[in-house]
Amino acid sequence: MRAPSGPEIAVGDVLLSVENVSLSFGGVKAVTDVSFDIRKGEIRAIIGPNGAGKTSMLNVINGFYHPQQGRITFKGKARGHMRPYDAAYGGIARTFQNVALFRGMTALDNVMTGRSLKMRRGFLWQLLRHGPALAEEVEHRHRVEEIIDFLKIQDIRRVPVGRLPYGLQKRVELGRALAMEPELLLLDEPMAGMNIEEKEDMSRFILDVNDYYGTTIALIEHDMGVVMDLSDRVVVLDHGIKIADGTPDDVKKDQAVIDAYLGVAH
Amino acid sequence: MFYREAGQFKTTYAADSALFPILQDKIGIVLILFVAFILVPLTASDFAIDSILTPILVFSLAAIGLNLLTGYTGLLSLGTGGFMGVGAYACYKLATFFPGINIVVLIICSGFFAAAAGILFGLPSLRIKGFYLSVATLASQFFLSWCFIRIPWLYNYNVSASIEVPTRTLFGVPVTGPTATPATRYIVVLAIVSIMTWLASNLIRGRIGRTWMAVRDMDIAAELIGIKLYQTKLLAFAVSSFYCGVAGAMLVFLWLGNAESESFNINQSFLILFMVIIGGLGSLLGSFLGAALIWGLPIVLRTVPGFFNLSIKAATVEHITFMTLGALIILFLIAEPNGLARLWQIGKQKLRVWPFPY
Ligand SMILES: Nc1ncnc2c1ncn2[C@@H]1O[C@H](COP(=O)(O)OP(=O)(O)OP(=O)(O)O)[C@@H](O)[C@H]1O
Ligand SMILES: [Mg+2]
Repeated sequence: MRAPSGPEIAVGDVLLSVENVSLSFGGVKAVTDVSFDIRKGEIRAIIGPNGAGKTSMLNVINGFYHPQQGRITFKGKARGHMRPYDAAYGGIARTFQNVALFRGMTALDNVMTGRSLKMRRGFLWQLLRHGPALAEEVEHRHRVEEIIDFLKIQDIRRVPVGRLPYGLQKRVELGRALAMEPELLLLDEPMAGMNIEEKEDMSRFILDVNDYYGTTIALIEHDMGVVMDLSDRVVVLDHGIKIADGTPDDVKKDQAVIDAYLGVAH
Repeated sequence: MFYREAGQFKTTYAADSALFPILQDKIGIVLILFVAFILVPLTASDFAIDSILTPILVFSLAAIGLNLLTGYTGLLSLGTGGFMGVGAYACYKLATFFPGINIVVLIICSGFFAAAAGILFGLPSLRIKGFYLSVATLASQFFLSWCFIRIPWLYNYNVSASIEVPTRTLFGVPVTGPTATPATRYIVVLAIVSIMTWLASNLIRGRIGRTWMAVRDMDIAAELIGIKLYQTKLLAFAVSSFYCGVAGAMLVFLWLGNAESESFNINQSFLILFMVIIGGLGSLLGSFLGAALIWGLPIVLRTVPGFFNLSIKAATVEHITFMTLGALIILFLIAEPNGLARLWQIGKQKLRVWPFPY
């Protein structure tokens, strides 16, 4: 999978770096002076107790929130003020903690919308839906069907997603993000509220995406078992502060992390 | 039994996303077009054409326009009447300035003026949403209504303050003005509505339709997958108003023959909105069904009692119409927000599995 623009980054090099980022809402400090990086090709987990600032961190990365301080460098370029669609064009896709699908549209159409930014034919062609416009539609449909096969959601293609069970919605949402062929995929608790089997399926999909497509993944997850199995490196936040950063094994042994998760008073 | 896709396999994605994927639907639409274009003009009475069919088609087009904006993009507009008016007055002025240009071309061109007005009055949608946006469109409705009354230039300083449609021909046959027959005007309206419905369905099935619906369902997620909200919303306003504008121009030039500012006031906006709600938000078919129901109901109420030799006063009919419509709207909002179009779909689904529903 290739992002539309920017220099090629070799596997293992820094794809995105977050430097001294602070974000607050009025008086609430969501993220305080956090720095870490994400290397190309890795699965990077972001963990921490409730309210640690994990979602806020993702929102900063894809331009939804603007940090008061700090710097974000993506593919070697420091980023200025940007809108969420700039992140999309830059090759960043995400899923949401509370599924954010287009509820009135079918699963197929939801995944197809992920291709919007890759479709070029203008208004007049769309109006006629012939020749190049139809060819483009079919070409993207092929890619989307590949994703649908990959995620094993063939039989719910035509179902409006509002009627699907939660686990499948999460899968469709992953499909929509994959359809963007992102370079960096941000997953906010992709397994929240799932049973064991669904979690296993989803873990498999995440590993496969990482393997086959080489997509770099930043993953927020509460289930420590999943985090240990999936991720290459883990960054731990607590009350908006980074308290640990390293391999799953290192992090697991870290006293600050143990304290944070056991709820030791600060 | 008779309506099902058994044995009809779609082997390409193009065929899969075709407008009428099932053979029975294809036959159906050909039949409908045959009846509408050939049988009706040959057999129907002038009364049936001019007071039932033509207005239903005109209102259907306006309903499609509003549906693109409200049903597909989720932006509730109360300014439909105003945008129809922009189309009507623009067409009138164009016909005055360019008497040599074909009137059908002018009717279509007037849509562009309505589209421009739509973009202008759609600008607030970039900052405000929901209820507040509706109020903004309401304000645009009042502003436009004011213009239609207060700017005499728009109606060529006629003392009656109304538009009088001049006679214009197409291939030598009068299509507008007092000498044009109802059947001729009907065919022109039908042709325009058919083509524009087809174009709208093309838009809806493709990228643009998906971006509209994405913005309707969850604008934040839409933006995060690379959809530019301002472009998407303004395009919806432009296309929607274009449709309403053409409908407004047709209303005057191909149906009524003359019109005053009242034809394009807030009542018109609500009428079209009710058609969309009853027909079904987010359905082109629903736009036709809603227009047919709302326009047809009073006619039915007026004529049916006659068959039983009952006489009901005109005023009573009007009251009954209002009450029935009100009840229907509330009923649909509560019980079937997807309107008649959804009922039609459910019916089709039942037919597909008939006679063995399980
Ligand atoms: N839009 C916002 N306005 C105000 N406060 C916010 C906003 N978003 C997040 N916060 C606050 O920022 C802090 C961090 O929230 P965040 O959602 O990032 O945590 P989280 O780590 O994702 O938690 P969880 O595990 O519950 O999802 C919380 O105190 C939250 O109340
Ligand atoms: Mg969160």
